[in-house]
This record gives sequence, C-alpha cells and structure tokens, in this order.
Amino acid sequence: MSCLKLTASTIVIAAVSATAAAARDQVQIAGSSTVLPYAAIVAEAFGENFDFPTPVVESGGSSAGLKKFCEGVGEGTIDVANASRRIKDAEVAKCAENGVTDIIEVRIGYDGIVFASDINGNAFEFTPEDWYRALSDTIVVDGEVVANTVTMWNEVNPDLPAQEIQAFIPGTKHGTREVFEDKMILAGCEAVGDYDVFFEANGGDKKAAQKQCINLRTDGRTVDIDGDYTETLARIESNKDGIGVFGLAFYENNTNLLQVATMSGVVPSTETISTGEYPVSRPLFFYVKAAHIGVIPGLKEYAEFFVSEEIAGPDGPLAEYGLVADPELEATQAAVSNENNM
Amino acid sequence: MSDATRHSAPRTSLYTLSPLTKRRNATEKRFKVYGLIAISIGILALLVLLTSIFSNGRSAFMQTYVTLDVLLPAEKLDKNGNRDIEEMKAVSTFGYAPLITNALISRLDEIGFATDLKKKEIGAIVSKEAAAQLRNFVLANPDSLDTTVTFEFLAGGRIDGYMKGRVDHESAALDNKVSPEQLDIVDALIETGSLEKRFNWAFLTAPDASGQRPEAAGLGVAFLGSLYMMVVVLFLALPVGVAASIYLEEFSKQSRLTDIIEVNISNLAAVPSIVYGILGLAIFINFAGLPQSAPIVGGLVLTLMTLPTIIISTRASLKSVPPSIRDAALGVGASKMQTVFHHVLPLAAPGILTGTIIGLAQALGETAPLLLIGMVAFVREYPAGPPEGFFDPASALPVQVYNWTQRADPAFVERASGAIIVLLIFLILMNAVAVLLRRRFERRW
Repeated sequence: MSCLKLTASTIVIAAVSATAAAARDQVQIAGSSTVLPYAAIVAEAFGENFDFPTPVVESGGSSAGLKKFCEGVGEGTIDVANASRRIKDAEVAKCAENGVTDIIEVRIGYDGIVFASDINGNAFEFTPEDWYRALSDTIVVDGEVVANTVTMWNEVNPDLPAQEIQAFIPGTKHGTREVFEDKMILAGCEAVGDYDVFFEANGGDKKAAQKQCINLRTDGRTVDIDGDYTETLARIESNKDGIGVFGLAFYENNTNLLQVATMSGVVPSTETISTGEYPVSRPLFFYVKAAHIGVIPGLKEYAEFFVSEEIAGPDGPLAEYGLVADPELEATQAAVSNENNM
Repeated sequence: MSDATRHSAPRTSLYTLSPLTKRRNATEKRFKVYGLIAISIGILALLVLLTSIFSNGRSAFMQTYVTLDVLLPAEKLDKNGNRDIEEMKAVSTFGYAPLITNALISRLDEIGFATDLKKKEIGAIVSKEAAAQLRNFVLANPDSLDTTVTFEFLAGGRIDGYMKGRVDHESAALDNKVSPEQLDIVDALIETGSLEKRFNWAFLTAPDASGQRPEAAGLGVAFLGSLYMMVVVLFLALPVGVAASIYLEEFSKQSRLTDIIEVNISNLAAVPSIVYGILGLAIFINFAGLPQSAPIVGGLVLTLMTLPTIIISTRASLKSVPPSIRDAALGVGASKMQTVFHHVLPLAAPGILTGTIIGLAQALGETAPLLLIGMVAFVREYPAGPPEGFFDPASALPVQVYNWTQRADPAFVERASGAIIVLLIFLILMNAVAVLLRRRFERRW
C-alpha cells in the first residue's frame, strides 16, 4: 500500500507542479508571535492601501521563523522573518551557507514586558531584586548559599503585601523568557550582590555564576507558560494570587481585568519605555531577504510601509496597539529605502 | 437410585431466588449502574462543553452597525480634481478616517449631544475597518465626490461588546480602550436609531482581520480553504483508497506481503497527524516545490491522513458482501472484474461512503498537520476560484479557531467560540449524512 500511495502521490505532484509554475505574488512572512499582531496590522493596512495582495503572516516563534528564512533563496522560501530578538551570528552563518547573504535588518520599535495581577487584588511595587529573591533557586543568606524557601512576597521585601508567591512566567521557547531572565533575575542578582558570591563559589566562572543566578525554583512557586498570554491571563483568573508576565500590548487590551505593577517605581507605558525609564523592554525586528526584492512584488513597499511614520510612528496604529515607537525611526526608514544590508 | 438423586438436589421454587441467582442479579444491577454513571459523566462533560461554547459564541453571530451620512470632499480625496483613479489612490485609509469622525461629530450635533471627548476618542466608536470601506467605495464610484453618502459602518470592538453585555460603564472606567463617555455617546446613538445590532453575515463571509479590529474578523477565507482541501481529499483519497481496497480484498492473494501491508495500513491510521505534516513539508513543499500555505498541499497532506481510514472501512464493507453473490456472478459467467464492479462494489457502496464521510469529517477538524505547511497563518486575501485557487494561500476553519484564541483582544473569545459552533455544525451535518446513508442503503445479510 505504501508503495501504491507513493506512486499515486508522485503522479499527483507531477500533475500539480506543472500548473503551479506561476509566480508567487504575495509576500510571505513568518516568525515571532510577539511581532505577529503588529505584522498583521501592517499587512492588513498594506493590502487596503496598495494594489499588492495582503501579505501572509505566519507565527511560530523567532527561532522557527529565522530557520525558515535561512533555508535558501527562491519563491519556495519566505521573504520576511519577524523576530523578537536580534538575529544570532550562528543564524547569519547558517543563512550564508544556504545562499541567503544579503539580509536587511529592520528595527520596528520596542516591546515592554509588564508584571500584572488580578484587578481586585493587592497592588505591587516591584524591583528586580524582589523577583530575584522570590524566584531564584538558590539565594545567599549571611554569606551562605541556601535553597530558596520563601513563600510570601512580604518575606522578600517587607514593603510588599502579604500574598503568596505565585508567578506565571513565559516558557523557555519564548523570546520574552530571555529578556525576563536578563533584565529581571540577573539584574536583581547583581543588585543584591549574590552574583559576586556565586562568582567566587564557582571559582571565577562568569557563565556558571550567571546560570546560578537565573536558575529558577521548581517547587511550583513559578510556573512556565508555554502557550500565549491568553493562557497566563486564564491562570490569573483562576488563581487570584498569581502574578503574570505579559507584553505591554496584551495588558493594554485587558486593563479591565489586570492591574500592572510598577518596576523600580516606574509605571510601564509607551512613554516610560521609550525614554528607557522602565527597565524591562526589548527591541523588535524583522529581517528582509534582499535577494527577493524585485522578484516578489510588493516586498520593498511592505518594508517601507511598515516603518513609515503613519504606521510605526508614535501616533500610528502600532503605537496605539502597544508598540513603543522607535525614536530613531528616520534612520530605519533610510536604511530600508537604501536596502542597507547587515 | 432415582430417589437418592431427587433428595440430593433440594427442591427450589422458581419464585424464590437462590443466593447464587441473587448474587448474579446484583452484579448485573451494579454493572448497569456503572454504565449509567459512565454515560452520564460523558453527557455532563458534553453539556458543559456545549454550554460554554454556545454561551460564548452565540454573540459572534450578531454585530453592531453605525449608520452615518458621510460627506466626501473632493479637495481632500482628489486634490487635482481630474477624477483619475490612480491619482486618487494616493490618499490612504489614514486620509479617509477623519471623514468618518467628522460625520459622527455632525451626527452628534444633529441630535444635540454635547461631549468634551477628543476627536480621536469619538472616532474610535467606529471600527478601523470603516476607512477601508469608504476608500473602496470612493475608488469604485469617483462620481460620488462632493456628495453626502449614507454608509453602514461596523462599530468598534468594545462598542460591540457593550451592545452584547461584555462591556459596561464599570468595566469601561478601567479599560484603556474604551471610556464611559464613549458609551454615553453610544446610548444617545441607540436612542436615535443610528446604532443597532443585527445578524452578522460577515462573520461567515469576511476574511480574517488584525488584532485591532475583532469586529471585522470573519471565516470567509478559512471557509474556502477548508472547502478546497476537502475537495482535494475527496477526489484523491476516495478513488485511491477504493482502488487499493478492491485490489487487496478481491484480487491479491493472501501472502506475507499483503499481511505486512495490512498491518502497516492499520498502523498508519493511528499515526499522530503532525507526522503527516512533517511528511508534507518534506515532500510537497521542499521536494515538489508546491507553494506554502496552499490548500492543495493541505489537501494532499490530509489525503495521506485520511487514506488509511477509507481503506480500512472500504475493506470492511467489501468483506461484508457475502461470497454467495460473487459465486453467483462468477457462476453465470461474469469475469472477476465484472463481478466486483457490477455486483460487489454497488452493494458495498453505502459502507464505503460512510467511511469516506467520517474520514472527511476527521480531516476537516485537523490543525496539527497544517501547522507545518504554513496554513496556520494570517491570510486576508480570498483564494481565487478553482483550479488556480488551490495554489493561493488560505487558512482553514480549525486554524482560525486556533489563531483567534491567541489574540489579546477579549472580543476574539466570542469569535473563536462562534467559529467552533460553525465547525461543529458542519461536523454534525457530515456525520448525520453518514448515518442516514447507512440507515437507508445498508443491506443486512
């Protein structure tokens, strides 16, 4: 049967490939689920205002998107990869190996990462130190490295309310997790001085000390959410003590259900993130395959439209949805129209 | 001797139960109770599922519309004044949006409603989709410039939520995307009849929309994508599956090879569907060069997935045709081929169709294999008519459900549940047809 099936499918493929020779006329995009809503807004507006068809936007994560992007050049490969982090050197090398040498990097703006809890619960004013002390696997007490056993937020910091520690944080497949570890846990670890102790204890190994900082406890006080923010929200609705990690845009859409915590005294908003006052944010990118410009109709126009003032500017629909506009947008616009490669 | 046996077996009445019979009856009763409990748990779970889906999704079939008279000033929309469509295209939807806001403000003046909200906040009552609707109208009717035209626009997602009871003044006070003052305007508009809720055909026909306009999102593209895939599956899986089963059942000799094939078919029927997605990506897209996100690839992948189901059910229904039919046909001189096609196949047809429909229903609800071939995507462009449309990007009904559950705006919750209702209705229809066919045409021997 398998043999028969294979022959049958080969015949079918042969039949359909013959008719499929027509050129692809719409832009294909894949990548980060954080960038997806923005890309969808731009794609929609692009389809409405240009004669080109609306681009097709897939999600699946930054790494998956960049992997697809680097598969090669040609109509069978995607044109744009969305990413919530900068492309890695290893990925650039992989791209080059497959013939994708000219890549245009476009930074579209910044995404804030906020900490929010149930609207009717306690209000929180956090610092990275609090989160490190609450969630790290091991902490330093009187110079000794001990396992973390705190259960209440006010044990971490007497100024915080007496509420059980229960955190819903992004799972490791999310780009957000890396930012959370870097800007919260590691920053808190360094701020309270535990990093130096770990550094000594690990015999001067920087990597190992950092790793010890960001190793989170596994006793159920912190839960990895591998799904989307909708899942995090559902968890908080069922467990009112929970505090979740969200993107600013998601929070902005659900302000009637969530209250946001301040970080080091700063309330997260597009303004405080763009000035850099609010510490937990990261840039968002998309990458364009330069070899496809001129081959796939509308590709360059899409990239230019994305970073245009009326879309990505501080008064555009992206900022309205929760993207923090890039103060250096003009430089990005110039880079896109000149097709500056990385 | 006969006396002895008569005495050794105690006389029992059929009216009084022996302890053994009592025990057996009790066991039977217990088993019936277990069965009832099992069934009621199942029914309860189904009821909970259906109520939650229907209570969430019912509202997706209604939508709020605002009726406004919009003035279309030529000096803004056609600066050169020569009604050249290409030149008029230079004005983007961002240029059209203020016209709608102005129309709403003048409507509020008309009904004498005073508000100190900013222009932008008043404009937010109407969906962002409205600007595109207006632009398309003007580009299609350039003569309408400098006249006032009455339009029906979608209301914004939060306003729609207010009409459906999802948003109220209390929650609006906390909500960044809507304010109680905007709701006051809505109340005034309802009173004057400019704003009303009615049946939402667009939910079934419109394409998907971005996270900023949940009110405009519909199932149109997903619907076509699913339809195209089902056509591909039907036209590939049915002939291939039936031919394979007829050969295996009627012509091939029982050998080690056919045994291996048989085991493999049963195995394939149980393979997780994502595996077919991986296969599809490798063969159809990477090797054969078929386009991504296209229904043809989805259809081919789902064909591979459905084939084992169809083959197994076809073989079962061929097997259920009694050998006497074949013997009789062969006896009056029919060839083997004639026996199968004139006599066995027609008798097995109801069973084959039932199996095919169940296989199709299974394929209709499948998302996992589509994930890898790029159909789990934001697609707004309708695929063209067949046959070119098979190669255009499209999504599918279950994919749309999956996509909508991930969106941040709470208005997508009702859309996702609404899409589930549509999908369920299709599945029920297909399965009902399968049951009907079986009842009506199946012959018992």
